[in-house]
Formats: sequence, structure tokens, C-alpha cells
Amino acid sequence: MSRPVPPHESAHLHVTGSAPYVDDLPELAGTLHCALGLSPHAHARIAALDLEAVRAAPGVRAVLTAADIPAVNDCGAVLHDEPILADGEVHYLGQPVFAVVADTREQARHAARLAAVDYAPRPAVLDPLEAHRQQSWVLPPLRLARGDAETALAQAPLQLAGRARVGAQEHFYLEGQIAYAWPTEDGGLHLHSSTQHPSEMQHAVAAMLGVASHRVRVEVRRMGGGFGGKEAQSAVFACIASLAAQRLQRPVKLRPDRDDDMLVTGKRHAVHCDWAAGFDTDGLLHGVRIDMVLDAGWSADLSGPVATRAVCHVDNAYYLPAADVSACCARTNRQSSTAFRGFGGPQGAFAIERILDDIAYATGLDPLDVRKRNFYAAQAGAGRDTTPYGQPVADNVIHTLVAQLEEDSDYRARRAQIAAFNAGSPVIRKGLALTPVKFGISFNLSHLNQAGALVHVYTDGSVLVNHGGTEMGQGLNTKVAQVVAHTLGVPLARVRCTATDTGKVANTSATAASSGSDLNGKAAEAAARRIRDRLATFAAERTGVAAVDVVFADDHVQAGTARIPFAQLVREAYVARLQLWSDGFYATPGLHWDARTLTGHPFYYFAYGAAVSEVAVDTLTGEWTLLRADLLHDAGRSINPAIDRGQVEGGFMQGLGWLTLEELVWNDEGRLLTHAPSTYKIPAIHDCPPDFRVRLFDNANREDTILRSKAVGEPPLLLAFSVFFAIRDALGSLAGHRVAPPLDAPATPEAILRAADAMREIGGT
Amino acid sequence: MNRPAAPPRPIRLLLNGEALEIADCAPTRSLLTWLRESRGLSGTKEGCAEGDCGACTVVVGELDPAAPDGVRLAALNACIQFLPALDGKAVFTVEGIRAAGGGLHPAQQAMVDCHGSQCGFCTPGFVMSLWAHYNNAAGHTQRPPPESACSALSGNLCRCTGYRPILDAAQRMFALPAPFDRAALRDQLRNLDTGTPLDLRHPAGRFRAPRTLDALLAARAASPDATLLAGCTDVGLWVTKQLRDLDDILYIGAVDELKRIDVRANRLRIGAGASLTAAWAALVPHWPQLAEIAERFASPPIRNAGTLGGNVANGSPIGDSMPALIALGATVELASVRGNRCLPLETLYLGYRRTAMASDELLAAIEVPLPDDAQVFRSYKVAKRFDSDISAVCAAFALRIEPATGSDAAQIVEARIAFGGMAATPRRAATAEAALTGQQWSEAAVRAAMAALDADYTPQTDLRASADYRRRVARNLLWRFWLETRPEAPLPTTATRVSALREGARQ
Repeated sequence: MSRPVPPHESAHLHVTGSAPYVDDLPELAGTLHCALGLSPHAHARIAALDLEAVRAAPGVRAVLTAADIPAVNDCGAVLHDEPILADGEVHYLGQPVFAVVADTREQARHAARLAAVDYAPRPAVLDPLEAHRQQSWVLPPLRLARGDAETALAQAPLQLAGRARVGAQEHFYLEGQIAYAWPTEDGGLHLHSSTQHPSEMQHAVAAMLGVASHRVRVEVRRMGGGFGGKEAQSAVFACIASLAAQRLQRPVKLRPDRDDDMLVTGKRHAVHCDWAAGFDTDGLLHGVRIDMVLDAGWSADLSGPVATRAVCHVDNAYYLPAADVSACCARTNRQSSTAFRGFGGPQGAFAIERILDDIAYATGLDPLDVRKRNFYAAQAGAGRDTTPYGQPVADNVIHTLVAQLEEDSDYRARRAQIAAFNAGSPVIRKGLALTPVKFGISFNLSHLNQAGALVHVYTDGSVLVNHGGTEMGQGLNTKVAQVVAHTLGVPLARVRCTATDTGKVANTSATAASSGSDLNGKAAEAAARRIRDRLATFAAERTGVAAVDVVFADDHVQAGTARIPFAQLVREAYVARLQLWSDGFYATPGLHWDARTLTGHPFYYFAYGAAVSEVAVDTLTGEWTLLRADLLHDAGRSINPAIDRGQVEGGFMQGLGWLTLEELVWNDEGRLLTHAPSTYKIPAIHDCPPDFRVRLFDNANREDTILRSKAVGEPPLLLAFSVFFAIRDALGSLAGHRVAPPLDAPATPEAILRAADAMREIGGT
Repeated sequence: MNRPAAPPRPIRLLLNGEALEIADCAPTRSLLTWLRESRGLSGTKEGCAEGDCGACTVVVGELDPAAPDGVRLAALNACIQFLPALDGKAVFTVEGIRAAGGGLHPAQQAMVDCHGSQCGFCTPGFVMSLWAHYNNAAGHTQRPPPESACSALSGNLCRCTGYRPILDAAQRMFALPAPFDRAALRDQLRNLDTGTPLDLRHPAGRFRAPRTLDALLAARAASPDATLLAGCTDVGLWVTKQLRDLDDILYIGAVDELKRIDVRANRLRIGAGASLTAAWAALVPHWPQLAEIAERFASPPIRNAGTLGGNVANGSPIGDSMPALIALGATVELASVRGNRCLPLETLYLGYRRTAMASDELLAAIEVPLPDDAQVFRSYKVAKRFDSDISAVCAAFALRIEPATGSDAAQIVEARIAFGGMAATPRRAATAEAALTGQQWSEAAVRAAMAALDADYTPQTDLRASADYRRRVARNLLWRFWLETRPEAPLPTTATRVSALREGARQ
């Protein structure tokens, strides 16, 4: 029997425009507005900073530079290498150099353009491969080796080598970065930030001001999208708004224009990958070598953990008998690359998908058969079941999942139909691809896998939940509320989640790594259970049944024959002086990770999925379209199938954008030319496939996760590989599928046409 | 004797049904900032401040004799509309569309039911586009087909959902009734109008909205440096992005005679003030081949605000209307107090964003000769994205082919080929045209013309495409034109365009 699926807790607010985001909060009297002055050079020394004209502009109250920062001029997420305001030197075009505070936002923006800064340009490195040649990295290279990959490669019956490139990606959260800070008593600050990481904002602001963390309170009700772009990247805005508020003792809001947002903030890491593979005529891998160069941009940011996750995902769903994998984070004079849904995982997995696709062309086998042949063993413990970083794949469902999708999507019959279509089609070629996903769930860095929550039960039986996760649209608050309602046996309407607040739950991890529901759901469940247990004991004492036999369901508490309405029991418990609120804490069990050897058991479990995409490619213009997509994704025992489906579809479409439409272009001076939606094109509504079949794979998590669900934020992004390889398949038809089409991501129409022309030349068509 | 100047009248508009007068308004105050900052209506969001994301979508109603009940309802981007341009109009925001009794409107309810919001930031914009779609479909006996929802929503970006649930909502909402009283709105709008043109003076500048062409031309002659404003879809960005101060604005949108569209002497005449929506709606019935360009031209909110005259007069090298208009032999009528003159459209452009218009002239109308049986015509747009993207290459091909008579084979008597994105202005391909003129419409002729295109254009590399790609695509589009129009076995669009295949796959 299916129950109606609760909508997003804010859905009724979203559709009426009554869900406030930071910029919608009523402004306090005296609120000032801040704008940033950005570096016009990719790399330069600041010879002289003349801000007199800025200061003299109408409405300006203050101009702030690095010299105004009382304590630490840094907002680096991991290393302390990111000045909040440039100090003496600028490292990318768009770096904040100064901040203007004025009565209105318009005045601040106008004034910011009046600066007379004397820059002495220095050589800029814009090409990550050039930086790599110079061994200019933001962090030491990572290397993971299992077995003797060189020998395995050399002794394999067949070898291939190549280079694959996958581009960067702008998050394009619809709500841009924003921070609104005001001074509170005794040197304190209250900060509203659109951030996935309130605790890090709190710590960065406190460190900048040289005050203790307890003076800074950060609040996040909701974000208009994050996708990783508001994990580390929100810090510079949070810090500058806080600095201005503290200096002027006035409320200050900083909301950059979209163009400035895109110029200032980091993007997904573009990756160049040199690879070599040894395999046999059946397409079975013997060994691989994968050397990745990530464009890290000007600072370390989160590049270290991103590179680690990339290394940990080059296997995707495949057993690699011998592997030699490296990742170098090249330092370039561009925006600092950062977290983005998948966090390096998609880039790593893309490498092996590219390799297997090329092997299919080399062997003449169907790419699906090559992929299936290399899957991790279906059963653990009998070999071919251990990742290169040493963790057994104990929950593998990819065989069953792919078999089901292959059948449901009619893969084999459609492959034949497409071949027939292509044989008679001079201009348009169709392509088909099925690609799998296996994605490790947990932060690689084990200690981040912790969360806390508070649950309050009021005397009227209503329940308020606060936890350390942030709501960015993914439905975290809805799921957590469902968990608490489920635990207490009350209708969802009794439960509300409040804004995330560093004053309530301390030392929270970023809402990232798909971990939001896993961690905070468990913490909230723990809190709710403690209250339930107290209530059960209370009810048991009154009715004479054992506490374990007290049942909480349907808004009632059943103790033996007594059926007490939940709210009534709560009232009675209050009078009896029972604690009706509780904290809850959760730390994911069994994780360990050795960052030196890149081995351990970093992931609690794996999430799986697969997709089939069918595309049509215009070989005269390179335009293409997605005709049909079939997605089957493992969300465990889904807490909210509608929300999970939303994540699956949204992730798939975002991945589609990354691999095809979305192209970031910098000019020779290092200026980002695609800095607004007019020039940077994320998927729009016609890009949604007209035939879109999406299902959740029925698979209760074998680990004790929250209600046996699985994390679902990031993994579906990788389902979009099927789109890219379907385009490749279409191009492959131009030369009888004998040669792998020379196509990198993003597969823009221009890239596709270039590949089509090359294929036609080879194929003589 | 000096008469005392009439006190300037305020802006009068309807906001969610309430009549308001606004006396104190800078000429470039945006509708969005006014809603959010002065009216406390924060449901309408700023996502990009350039009319490209749709988070700020509102619906504007205005009197239009051609529309049902005399009222046109159109989605607009509030972020780039100047508030004074809303004078005499009705603005609806997401806060103002609840059903009678305070419940959700079907557009809102369906979005909830279909799980159409995630982060919710784009949602008010989608809701308003859906609301416009709903109300513009109401009264039709049949529910609009699914693909019309795609078209109605192509100006709204969502980064979370992947759009599927929103498309579901766009169907589901029609199952829920919510009549909208257009006649009442029409009467309210009529009551708003006192007949006095708006002439707004503010310390930041002046905003004039003459009501007649004569008044407009006189003002233009007196103020050649004033900024001419039509749909705000370009000028709006001068303010939001370039932070330009525009202290003297001459708005053409209140001149009804500039919005007129009619057929005179076998020519379709489109007033320069007609919206792009209206202009394409007039063009497509005569040239169904323009349907795809019409749909891909920016987005519904931009087409509702922007004018064909603005696109043409702006002279951007990537304006998508001009290649087709040039190929079809369009002329432009320039008006000034000195009189009117007509030019072939292609001669309007002198160089990059430079036109042959004198400082006191403005574009009054575009005229296109109606087609006959001898015309073979196509226009194509190539961009990274189907929806609301700027062309890498935009092409239009028009041939006049005289049928075979006696021993004479069918022959191309006139070839007009124009491209956008290939030069500093939209321009004809003289060499390629010459290669076709006088020839039979044959593979040999088209191959010669394809080669000739290289001599016609020296395109540039920019963020959208390389010069090489543009050259290659220009040639290939001519080849596509041949495949679709050749005398023997022409190919259907499902064999030449992926968009046609996609629409075929829609169930």
C-alpha cells in the first residue's frame, strides 16, 4: 500500500514566495550595503592602492582593505592560504581587493568601480598542464598504487593509452552568495549566511576578528541551492560582511551581483587525465595507469579532499586488478576550484568509463558487455571485490541493478533499432549508452562523519527539531522531520525543523558529501529516541506494562490496553517533571582512513545506480538532443521517494550540463568570459528528455543507516555519463564503431562537430 | 504669459489588483527593486539581473484590443524592467495570485503536488510563468499540448529539479479550475488611464513616454541624446550590469501606432514597437519555416518585453531576427520630424552596432513582402543550448525559383542569403548568392555556393564558438537547406534536425 509522499517542508512557502532567503529578511534599521572591488589581473603585485575616489563617492561609509582586518586575514578551508582581502598581491582575476560599504547597494557598486589601483602584473599561469610541468601544485601529489600496474599493463594481450579531459563547472545556485551580519552585545556578531557550512563561517569570522567562537552566531534557514558552491566559497562573503559590521557597528549586507559571484568563486575542478590500460580480447582489464591533473586554481581550498575522492573513484563499479593512480592539484591563476556535487568522484569515475569505452571500440565488443565484464564480484569474499584503496565492496548490487535496467530499458533491441536507423540516416546519428555508478558514502576524512541534533517536545505535543545540517533544497529538513515523526509515532504535521544555528548545535560538519540525512537523521533519531524512551518508561510505570512493550504509533501511545493520545501523555509527563527535550549525537561507525597511503575503510557503504541514454546528434552542426533516459538508482529504503527521485533527476540533469552544455571560457588574460547565464548555459527545460523513466532500486541498506536509506545527493550526477557516451556512440557510427571518437567533455556542439568531422574522415563517410 | 506647468503626474499602475500612484521614482528604478525594497514583496527574486534566469518573473497585464477580453497577460523579467515603463499596466507577483478564499492557485498547488520545488528560489518565477500559461490557455476548449509548457517555461532556469516535475505540474494545473476575470482587469486598466502622457522628473533624470508618434518624433528631434527605450531587454542591462546613469529616457512603448501590425500592399508591416511575441506571431503564419527561430529567440519574458524594432535597430551582429528578415527582402521605415524614408534592411547596418539612422530618426516599422509559390526559404539557428541562447551562427536562405517552362529548366532567379554571427553586422553573402543566381537548384550549385561562403565572411572566435566552427557550420547549414528543399527527395526535418526528432519523441 502506498502512502502519499510528503512534499518538501517548504513547498507551500516556495510556491507563494513566502519562504525567506537571506536577502528577503526584513532589514534592520541602519543596514548598510557592501560591494567588492575585484582584481582586474590574473597575477600582479599591488603597487599602490588609491581608494580616495571610492571613499568620496556618494553614500560611502567606509572602504575596507586587508589592513582593516583585526586578526587573521584568511578564510582558507584547509590550508591558510586564502587572504580574505588581497594583501600586496593578487592571484586571479576577480580576487577581492577591497570592500566598499555604503548606504545603498547601488552606491556601493558604483563606488567600487572608482578605485585607482596600480598593479604591477606578474606572469600568470593559466594552463594547469603548464603549472604541472613546472611542478607548481597547491598540495603535494597523491598516489595510490595497487599491485604491479606496469607489469600488468606490459603483459596484457592488448594495450591502449590516451588522454581524457573533462571541464570545470559553475555551480549556478539560483540564489547567489550572500551574507548579512549585525553586531550584537559585547563584541558579538549575528550572521545570516547562505552557506552549507555554518560552523566554518563561525570559525573563520571569529579568527578574522580575533574573538572567541562563542561570540559569533551563524544562522541558516535555507539556501537557494548550494551544490558544494557554498561550502568553502561562502566564507569570503561571510567574513567581509562581518568585518564591515564589526568595524562600523552597523548591520551590513553583502550580496554580490551574479557576474561578481561567478568571477570571485571557485568551480568544479577541470581534470586532464593521461591513462593507459592493459586488457584482453574479452575486454577484461589487467591493469590501469591513471594520472590526473586537476586545475586547482590559485589556492588549496578543498582540492586535497577533492583529489582524494577522485582517486577513490577511478574504479567506479569495476575491479581493477592492478592500478597506479595519481592526482596532482595544479596551481593556476584562476578562481580556486572547490567542492561541487560529487567532489572529484565524477572526475575520477569519468576516467575509467572513458577507458572502458575505448576498450569497447578496440575490441569491437558492446560497451555494456565490457563494462559488465569488469564489475566487482557480485558476492564478497571470493575475490575481485576489493577497491584499490583496500576497502571490500561488501554491498554490491550493480549486477542485479544493471540487469534490471538493461531489460526494462530494452537496451539490446534498441541498440539494433539504432543501428538500423543510422544505416539510413545521412545527417542525424543516434547513439545509446548504459553506464553504472558506484559511489562511496561518507566524508573521506573520518572525523567529519559526526552530527548532532536537538529535539524539543512542547506540552501541546508539537515537536521542534534542530540539527547541524543545512537545507539547500535537497529536502534534508523534510527527511529529518519524517524521521522524528516516525520515531515518536506522530503525524508529520506535529514536527517542524528550525533554522540551522551554531548557537544550538556546535561543531557541525558541512552539509556535503551526500551525508546530510545519514548523519543528521541519525542524530535526530537518537534525540527523539531518548525522549520516546523516557515517555515509554513513564507510560509503563502508569500502566504496569514493560517499557519495551509501549508502542508509539498513529499519534497515540499504546501501553497494554491503554491507548493514550501522544499530546496527553506529553502533558502528563511535563507535570511529572520529565525532560521533554533531548540532544542526539551520531558518529558513523567503522571508518578509518590513512591519508598517507590512501588506504583504509573510508566509506560506510556504497550507493549504486545506472542509466541508459539515447541521443540524436546532428553531424552537420554538432547539435544534439537527449531523446530518452532510463534511470535506476539505489536510494536504499527511501525515506521520501519523491525527494529522492528529485535528487536523482536533478543530479542527472546537472551532470548532463557538466558534460555537454556548460563551458567555462577564460581569455588569455585569465578573465572568465562566461560569468552570467547569458554566456554560461546550464540545462534549460527543452534539455529535459521528452521520454524520462526514473525508478528507485528496491534495496534496503545492509548497514544500519537511518531507516536503512542511502545517501542520494551526489551519486546520481554520475548517471549522466550515459549521455556523454551515447553521444560518443552516435559519432562512432560514422566510422563503423571501429575507432573511438576523439571527444572530450564538455561535448559542446563545436566539440561534437570536430569529432564528427574526424570520424567521417576515418570512416570515409 | 507663462502658464504654470502642469504638475507632473505620477506613475499609475495596478499591483496585484491594487491601484497605486508613484510620484517619486528614478527613471531607471527597476521593477524588481521596487517590488522588493519599496513594497516588501520579496517573493520575486533576483537571480542574474539580466533577464536570463527567470527568478524575477512577474506577469504584466495591459490593454490590447487583439487579446481575449481586451487584456494581454504576459510574463516579464522584473529585474530589467524600469518601473516607469509599467505605467498604465497591471503587475502580478507570486504573492498576488492566490485563489479566491486564500487557497493556492492551481499553478501553485500543482507545483506542490508534483514536487516541483527543491531549493525554491526559482519557484516563484516558474509559478508566474505557469500562471501566465494557465490564464492564456483558459478559454481554449482544449488543454494546451505538453510541448507548449516547455515553450512557456523556456525562460526559467531551475538548477535543482531537472524540470520533469515542473512539466508535470504544468499539465496537472489544468485539472484544477480557477477562472480569471479578464474583463474586470480590463475595466480597472481603463480606469487607470487619464490620457496624459507620463513625463516623470526626478533628481536622477527624466522619463518621457509620449503617446503619439508625432510627439515622440518631436521629442526625439529636441533630445537626440536621450536614450530611446522600448522593451528594456538591452537597455536594462546597461543599468544593472554596466551601472550606466541614464538621465533622459524617451520611451516608445506608449505609442500605440508603433505597435500596429498589418498587411499593406502585399507587405507585412510590423510597427517597431510591436513586441517580439506579437511580431513572430505575425510572421510565422506566413513563413511556418520561422517557427523554430521564433521559439528559440530568447525566452517568452524577453519576447514579451522586447520589440522586433529594438532587435533590428540595435544592429547587434547576433540578433536572430535580421538574417531571416534580410533574406526575405525586408525594408525598414525610418521616421523623423523631417519625414519618413525606407531602406532595405541590410543597408541599415554600417558597422559594428552602427546604423544609417540619423540622430533625430527612429525606426518606425519593418516591412516584409509576403511570400509566393516561387519562394524557397529556411532560417536556422545554431547555439549551445536550444532555449534562450545567443547564436553561434544564425542563417537564412531565400531562393526564388522560376518553374520550368518548355525547354527551360527551373532556375534560381534570385538568391538572398544572410547570416548572423559571421561578421560585425548581420550581412548578406554576396558571393554565395552569385554562385546560385541563374543556376538550377542542384547539388553542384549548392556545393559551389558553400565554397563561396568562405569568401563572404571572416568570422571571429569568441566565447561562443571558434571562427573555424562558424565557417564550417555556415557551409553545413547551406547544405541542410539543400537537403530540405532539393527538388528530388527533399528530407523531412526529422531527418535533418534533432529538435524535430525530440518533439516527435514527446508523448
